Order: sequence, then structure tokens, then C-alpha cells
Amino acid sequence: MFDITVIGAGVVGGLIAEALAKYDKKICILEKAHDVAMGATRANSAIVHAGFDAKEGSLKAKMNVRGSELMEGVCRRLGVKFINNEALVVGFENERAEVEALYERGLRNGVRGLSVIERDEMLTIEPNLNPKLSCALLAKTSAIICPYELCLAAVGNAMDNGVVLTLDYEVTSIEKKGEKYVIRSADGRETETRYIINSAGLFSDEIAKMTGDGDFKVNPRRGEYMVLDKECGNFTKRTIFHTPTKMGKGILVSPTVDGNLLVGPTSVDIEDKSDNSTTAEGFAQLFSGAADNVSNIPFNKVITSFCGLRATGNTGDFIIKERDGVITLGGIESPGLTSSPAIAEYIEKMLSDMGALGEKKEGFISERKPAHYFRELSMEEKNEIIKKDPAYGRIVCRCESITEGEIVEALTVNPPARDVDGVKRRTRSGMGRCQGGFCSPTVIALIAREHDIPFESVTKFGKGSVINYRRTKGDE
Amino acid sequence: MTLKADLVIIGGGPAGMAAAVSAYDAGIRDIIILERDKSLGGILRQCIHNGFGLHRFKEELTGPEYAYRYEMLVRERNIPFKLNTMVLDITPDKVVTAMNGEDGLFNIEAKAIILAMGCRERSKGALNIAGYRPSGIFTAGTAQKFVNIDGYMPGNEIVILGSGDIGLIMARRMTLEGAKVKAVCELMPYSGGLARNIEQCLNDFDIPLYLSHTVVEIHGKERLTGVTIAKVDEKRKPIPETKQYIECDTLLLSVGLLPENELTKSAGIALDRITGGAVVDQDRQTEIEGVYACGNVLHVHDLVDYACEEAETAGKAAADYILGKKKNELSIRLVTDGRIRYTVPQKITSAEDVTVYFRVADVYRDIFVVVRDGDKVLLSKKKEKAAPGEMEAVKLKADILKGLDGKTLSFSIEPLSENR
Repeated sequence: MFDITVIGAGVVGGLIAEALAKYDKKICILEKAHDVAMGATRANSAIVHAGFDAKEGSLKAKMNVRGSELMEGVCRRLGVKFINNEALVVGFENERAEVEALYERGLRNGVRGLSVIERDEMLTIEPNLNPKLSCALLAKTSAIICPYELCLAAVGNAMDNGVVLTLDYEVTSIEKKGEKYVIRSADGRETETRYIINSAGLFSDEIAKMTGDGDFKVNPRRGEYMVLDKECGNFTKRTIFHTPTKMGKGILVSPTVDGNLLVGPTSVDIEDKSDNSTTAEGFAQLFSGAADNVSNIPFNKVITSFCGLRATGNTGDFIIKERDGVITLGGIESPGLTSSPAIAEYIEKMLSDMGALGEKKEGFISERKPAHYFRELSMEEKNEIIKKDPAYGRIVCRCESITEGEIVEALTVNPPARDVDGVKRRTRSGMGRCQGGFCSPTVIALIAREHDIPFESVTKFGKGSVINYRRTKGDE
Repeated sequence: MTLKADLVIIGGGPAGMAAAVSAYDAGIRDIIILERDKSLGGILRQCIHNGFGLHRFKEELTGPEYAYRYEMLVRERNIPFKLNTMVLDITPDKVVTAMNGEDGLFNIEAKAIILAMGCRERSKGALNIAGYRPSGIFTAGTAQKFVNIDGYMPGNEIVILGSGDIGLIMARRMTLEGAKVKAVCELMPYSGGLARNIEQCLNDFDIPLYLSHTVVEIHGKERLTGVTIAKVDEKRKPIPETKQYIECDTLLLSVGLLPENELTKSAGIALDRITGGAVVDQDRQTEIEGVYACGNVLHVHDLVDYACEEAETAGKAAADYILGKKKNELSIRLVTDGRIRYTVPQKITSAEDVTVYFRVADVYRDIFVVVRDGDKVLLSKKKEKAAPGEMEAVKLKADILKGLDGKTLSFSIEPLSENR
């Protein structure tokens, strides 16, 4: 029996679990996928938004501004890379009123570091901007992070502090039995808990129905992105948005914390919550949409494309509500990533006010070693480590220079990777220009070795995503 | 730890080994080969089919046999090499930073460097194919490693996009292992692979080759369940009415090889926009004196024999440079007309017989290859056929080159009928 069960191991669920791990409570996270960070957390714009977009007074605005304040500290504590690269929301002359309206709204939301700048200054600080643009909102507090890196660090730290992570656990029913809830999974497992936190993202409306609280709907909104080679990572220094429409913040161009250039997203409402396919129309939109803001993007340097699904609620605002020991989070779309530390803080307070948390425990580990510490070390420091463990001297992923030692860490440090994509998200192995062509056989061999499973049982991302079917003929 | 060496060779594949042997035989002893894999031989180790070495060894060898022959030449000479060693950086003043498990991170100050890192395959990401991102999409070379080195089958029903040589070889290989290869799609109206591979790997196994076709959509959320292919028009745009669905669990990509020049760039060496390799002279010397490039890192070769021949040129030249023998006396630039996409070398700095290699942009029949100095025709060579998949060569004689210092030679393809 757990005291608190978090459903959904995205960045919101992960940070909530991590915040609650400070207390002397039994906590678990249930996740239907083969790894954490597999929903909207895996595929979004990776921006810490300043907070000028959301309507003043809304929960979104409050959480965004507070999240933006908290994020740098959370990242420092959990060893997650945070780059305060600033943002520009650009507009043509006929969009000047909208740029100014954003500025005014930002002030009312309490955002610091905002100013409106003109073409000359824009082109001085970002020479690759479309010269036909006329003005821009400069947001000094805007930043970039890696969303799944944050989620992995949060869940990992929660686990190091005693939280239990259960993967491949697709919740199919929730039953109230006296003071407790019984949560059942598709494969027949049961979890008993006193409190439930529903942070199931795209599926939070379905979980809410199981707890008798299904008065809202979450719709998938497709967002397609392209990632360009690291040699384009300096194409813009800042995140470049266009003035927003009701479908979102438009197609942005931004460097990533890893030094690539990101272009996206598109914005299309769809029906199927598992349809994360990209489309030819989407790619065409990215080419033309990005060109409005930034000129001559080297699209021949695209190394991969992907699609994320935003969990768009039908109320226009974040939904956070409590009933009978169940806290439901719905419609946590953009700026959900930015808001995640603020949401965790908010939930912690809610539970504390409900008397669900009690005293903080002794010995909580609050600082986490950065996942990518090795690559930041000096030559001497690296050699010290290699002397103790030669695996740190053996490069597996040549494009990103990732060593066997780092991959073994990803397979053993909480939450351990269990598949090829999991290793990729933790180490960047396979994320470079060859996209895993050279390193994936070695990564598979390491997964098989560390988890003591046959080579052909290693998957790309769990379930049916088999890579090799069997041994070649003649080797029975 | 900082070491010194006369010659550092980056890459222990066929080109790196051939360069080492050639430099040794030209009198250099202080050589070190740095190889990232666990043995010498490079990508040949996974090419277990035969057909290698017809020019060099006058017999048909498999890839591993070919690699072994060269490894023996290296070992007979006691040329040192370090395995499992990744080079991370090269500076313009020839300091090589590398790493392995035994020595950790270390620097080598080199008098000369030969770049022989080979090439990599173009990946799916670069193609922008719409659809899901399931398991079951591999470059042909990755599948080749699974099957030939690791001993596992990554697919049962297969579609191959691109008709490069590795794709063709893998069509046959997967068939022999019991898989069904349903189609090979080629975006261009001709194959980029060798004619003999089309015959021996597709036609002999009744595997259909769809020219002017591409994959437009990927189906399947977990493992690939099928692909949609379509014919393309002359601008290579898919024609929607020609879309057809092919059920398959595997898509292999053989859509081009890219010379792997990240280190070359880190040294600040300019690359040729077309080849993706360094700009070099007849010795395969890059724009940094004492830094040479050869094999597939310079430009993608059809045959390993040609890559080795080029490596010997580079190895000999590096030796002469180290021994202080070499001096550059000429400056001749080579340019192309578009029908010829590129030449290697791109410049000539010495009055000696020079073989200029080149690739054409399209399939041409009944043509002249013409080399001009301004309006003056220096050389004109008749050819029945030239295709992008097969590298061509012309030889320029030393006595022609002598008088051309400061000149630009233009290489072009002209129809027999065109007035010259």
C-alpha cells in the first residue's frame, strides 16, 4: 500500500514525485510506457517561456511566471543544463500592435526583462532574421533546457530518495475501497494507494473518468519539428517566435542545449492520441513558416524530424483540482514544461494543506550529479576516471563522443534505460549526424550485457519495437 | 601525455593501412595508425561478399580477406597501431588528440597526418520521409553489421530505398538469409550502384528495381508494418496517383555515403562542396602542408582497390614531405562544367604525370571528355558511356602540365555531335 501514487512519468509527474519524496511517505509512479518522458515531455519545443503569452489571472499565467522563476534553481539542483538564451517574438509592421500587446500583458503577468526593439537592433543581435520584420518583443528571461533530461533527473532523484517507479503499467481501472484506491493495469497488476495524482498528460481525461471526475477533455494537437546538425546550432542565439495565433506560438527557430538548431512546431488538432506521425504537409509548413522569421535556414542539414502531441484541454486553461484524495491535472499543454516546477510546488502545498504529507524525512538527497558530467571534465579528470575504468576511454557513439562508461551509467543509474531510445535520451548516443548507424549494434550489446537479456530481446522503445528477430540461419 | 610521431594515420581501414605501408616503404619508420574499431580493416570486415581485389591482387577476395592481406603487410613491417582508439581533435599545427581505455586521453604531435576516416551512410533523418518512427528502419550498412558481424536478422520482409552498392549487396545478403526483398526503389532514373551489382544482386534473384521511385510514407507505430512508395516526376516530386502500399517489416536505406570529415573541419581544412572531402592536390595534400587525405574520407570510391591506390599516393607523398624532399612548383586549378560534378585532385602543384578522377552528374552516351586551358583543347577522350555510379579518370602528362603554371584547367563532357 502506497501513500501517494503518481500516474504518468512525464516532466510534471516526475517533478511532483521528486517534490513529495522529501516527506516520510511511500510513493510510487505508474507509467504505461517502457520508459519515463515518453509523452509530450519527449517531444516539445524545450523552451522555458518568460510568461507573456498566457492570459493574465489564468492558472497558466501564474504557473508559467512562477515556473520560469523556479526553473534555473531546479535545474542547478538536479544537474540539468539550463541556458538563458533569451527570446524574440518578431512581427511585421502590421503586427506591431500584437507585439506591443504581448509586452503589456507580460508586464501585467509580472514578467521581468521585457522590452520592444526595432529592426536595426534585431538584426544586430540576430543577423539571420528576416530583414522584412519590423519589431520584436525581447524577453531576457526566456531560456532553453532539455525536457526529458529534466524529467529523467527528477524521476531519478525521486527514486534515489525512495520513490518506486513502475513501468509498462497501463492503468485500466481505478476502484475506491474504503479509504484507499485500487489501481489496476492492463496486464492484471494492482496498486493500492491512499492518494492519487493524475498527471497522465494526454490521457489525464481518461484517468479522470476512472476516478469519476471526467468533466473535461484533452485533445491531441500535433506538433512536428526538424532538428538540424550541430554546425547550425549558432544560426540564431535566441529563440525566435512569431507573434502568436490561437493555435499557439507558431513556428519557432531555436538553438537547443545540445547545440543543434530546432525548427517547429506545426499545430494541427487530431483525434488519435497515439498518432505521432509526421506529414509531408507539416514539413512544407515548417519550411515556409520558419522562413517568415529567419532567412536562409540550411534545411539540407536536417538530421532528424519528429512529432509531439500537446495535451490540449478544452477549457483553455490548466486544470488542477482535488476531490476525495485524487488530484487531477488536465490540459497541461504549453507552457507546461516551464510550469512544471511551479505545478510541483503547488501540488506539494495542496497535499500539505490536506494533511497528506506529515513531516519531512531526514537525509533527503537534494543535489544530483549532472547526467553529462563526464563530457564537461578536463583531460586530467577524464584520465583519472579512465584509469579506474577503461570503459570511459572507449568511444561508442563517434558523432557525439559518448563512451561505453557513460552508456553503462545510463543503464544503471536511476531510472535505468531499458531500450535503445532510452540510452539515446540519457546519453545522446545515436542522436548525432549518423543517427545511430554506427553505434546502435554496440549499444544493443551493452543493453543485453547490463540487463542480462538476449541481444534479440533488446527493443527500440519497448513493446513491439523489436530490432532483431532471431539469430541468422545455421546458428540454432 | 603528449607523444611525438613522424606520421599519424587516422583510420585503420584499407586506405589507412595502404597509406602506412606506402609511407613505410618510402623510408618512414615512426608511424602510428589510430583505429577506432577493435581490429584493423574498417568497413571491409563486414563486407563478407567477394569481388574485392581484382585489380590489386588479381583475384577475387572477400572483404575480410582483403583487409587481412593489408593487415599482414602492416604487421610484417611492424608498423605500430592503436585499436579502440578514437581521434577527437586535430589542430592546424598537427596535434592529434585521441582517447582509448588503456592510455586515456592523449596528444600526439605529428610531423605529418594522413586522414583516412572513411565515410558514413546518409540517415533517414536527412530524407524527411513522413510518418511514424518505428523500429525496423536501418541503413544498409547497419543491417549488414547485424547480419554479418553480430549474427542477427533485423528483418523478414524488406524494402530497400536507394540503389547504392551496399543496398544492392544487402538485397542479396538478406535474400540468402531467408528474407524476402520486395522492392528496391531508386529516386533517380538510373542506379547509383555498379552495373555488376545490379546483375548479381537483383536480377539473379528476381528482385524488382523501381527506378524514379521513392518512399513517401512510413507506416507502423512500434515495428514497421509497411511503406508507401510513389513514382517521381522529372523534378523528383512524388506523383500522388502512383502511390502504392507495400507491406514490409524492414526498410533499408542506401541513399548515399558521406565522407566523415568532422576532424578535417576541426583542423580548419576547407572542404569541396561536392565531394564533401578536403580540397587536395595530386599528392592528396590538403591546404595544410603535411596533412593528407585518402580513401572514402576524400571522396567516395567505387572499389577498394582505387581507395588503396590513392592511399599509396598519399603515403608516399607524406614520406617525401617528412624527409624534406617535396617542393611545390606549380599552381594549377581544375574546374568542372556541371556535367562533370567534381575532380580529385582539385589542384595540381607539381609537373608530373597526374591521373585526374571524376564523376559525372547524369548518364551520358557517346561523349568526349575534354580538358581545356581557356579555349585550347589539351586532351579529348572519347567514351561510349559514363554514369554517376562509376568513377572515371583521365591522365595528364607531365610535359603538358609544365607550361600551365597559374592556369585553370576546365573539365567538360561534350556530345560527339557538338562542334568542338
